[in-house]
Amino acid sequence: MTREEIIKEENKVYARPALLRDDVMHYCPGCSHGVVHKLVAEVIDELGLAEDAIGIAPVGCAVFAYNYIECDWIEAAHGRAPALATAASRLNPSKVVFTYQGDGDLAAIGTAETIHACTRGENIVIILINNGIYGMTGGQMSPTTLEGAKTATTPYGRRHDLNGFPLKVADVVSLLDGTCYVTRQSVHTPAAVRKAKKALTKAFLNAKAKKGTSFVEIVSTCSSGWKMTPEQANKWMEENMHKHYPLGDIKDVDAKTN
Amino acid sequence: MKGNEAIAHAAIRYGADGYFGYPITPQSEVLETLEALMPWETTGMTVLQAESEVASINMVYGGAATGKAVMTSSSSPGVSLMQEGISYLAASELPALIVNVMRGGPGLGTIHPSQSDYFQATKGGGHGDYHLIVLAPSTVQEMADFVGLGFDLAFKYRTPAMIMADGIVGQMMEKVVLPPQRKRRTDAEIAEQCPWAVTGRTGGRPRNVVTSLELDSAVMEKNNERFQRTYREIEKNEVRYETKYTEDADYLIVAFGSIARICLKAIEDARKQGIKVGLIRPITLWPFPYDAIREAARNVKGILCVEINAGQMIEDVRLAVSDAVPVKHFGRMGGIVPNPQEVLDALEKDFINPTKA
Repeated sequence: MTREEIIKEENKVYARPALLRDDVMHYCPGCSHGVVHKLVAEVIDELGLAEDAIGIAPVGCAVFAYNYIECDWIEAAHGRAPALATAASRLNPSKVVFTYQGDGDLAAIGTAETIHACTRGENIVIILINNGIYGMTGGQMSPTTLEGAKTATTPYGRRHDLNGFPLKVADVVSLLDGTCYVTRQSVHTPAAVRKAKKALTKAFLNAKAKKGTSFVEIVSTCSSGWKMTPEQANKWMEENMHKHYPLGDIKDVDAKTN
Repeated sequence: MKGNEAIAHAAIRYGADGYFGYPITPQSEVLETLEALMPWETTGMTVLQAESEVASINMVYGGAATGKAVMTSSSSPGVSLMQEGISYLAASELPALIVNVMRGGPGLGTIHPSQSDYFQATKGGGHGDYHLIVLAPSTVQEMADFVGLGFDLAFKYRTPAMIMADGIVGQMMEKVVLPPQRKRRTDAEIAEQCPWAVTGRTGGRPRNVVTSLELDSAVMEKNNERFQRTYREIEKNEVRYETKYTEDADYLIVAFGSIARICLKAIEDARKQGIKVGLIRPITLWPFPYDAIREAARNVKGILCVEINAGQMIEDVRLAVSDAVPVKHFGRMGGIVPNPQEVLDALEKDFINPTKA
């Protein structure tokens, strides 16, 4: 019996998104990237942006995002995605440009590019995958690593007197006049996934309508970097990450005027 | 007009799509002129003051990846900051134009003219095996002309080009004939000229990905071999230089950019005294005119390499003549520009009358 025979069209309740390529992902079990990739692919497809979307990939685990989501991509240098997106968007105003970045990329080496793209109000979507660690590089401390968290470069736990405080970068960009929508989401439960998809949809619609910069942070797990099982990682994220990085909309220009 | 202003006017007239820059002396007039001319109202050209040179060059990278004709300009310390982005442009085989109006270094150095970024521009600058096409203007006219030439070469070979000027050519005012106004390319023309461009999968075409990443070493080596084949083509086709008084010359001066004009005055003064000196002015610093210098040096007694630096191009001049002719350097540093008499004195001390020194 073939797969098609088992899964009858009338019984199908779920399918791989049309813009998610049929490749084996390199992400670790339990990693949030896979779910967020799926959501981005779905949102681009559902909004009819397959021919208009330009993605900017970061340096880090999502460096290969261009292998998985079926749209045009530019691979940026570490941290520079918002600068690339600025030019790609301004020179191609009919297109919808989004960046997909990790916390090391966006909130450490790319802080200046992030802040200035947001304060200029570039009509782009910035997606931040915040798992509080450098995953690809081997689990070092990132700007968003929680206090007490053990990493390769904070082997005894992050201490603010030695390593500074964890950076709430979404709160920072929410203060900038150029951002129209700043939200913090997670994808650890089906309900959270639905909310995150709604947030991404709003962000892409904002970019299309040229309302300014939309910033979507997804508080994420890194089971490999955190040295936990996927289940433990989800639990640890809920109990610790969500306390420091509470979920929900931080800024929504539309909500204010309504 | 000033050389820096000529760059701005020529960019608009070429039909450039975008300029991204950050203020730094002595080239800020490029950005200032573009902002004053408001080309977004006429040709539709985008002009943006970035938050840093790092951002500027990465905006150029993002814009170039969409097939647009984009450029930036800066001066030495700013160009140092751009090296990462320049390496990425070269590795991703993207056309772009970078203007360096050089000032004296190292470090923050001085705002006065210099040519001390020759090594950086011609030998790499950023990481990895790559070359830039490097054009060295010596007049305001060439500042204007090399914008179009630089873009044309960059698109022809899909590689970044640099106009390497110095503070003198940038700040100097001269008469200039600007090129005629061209229209910016349409999206359809860009799609035809740059099938690799990231523009969204317009018309449902297969996706385009611009990246310099390749973890498979065997493929990465092939990529590098392709870059090198392009560089060999450029070396074969694009060497440019100017010669003056070389036919009967006993001595040869090799100089580029503004100092070549000062050397020409020195040569004319020398000829009045019966000393036969000729000039070779490399216009492309990469590809370097090795053959032309070797040819011109055949019957000379010595070569003086005059640069506004501690001696950088002299290494290429020595390579050109392989010790067949003595080669000496003369230059000033720190933003000081030699005058024609100093050039003549150096020629006399090194070659004509060495015992006098």
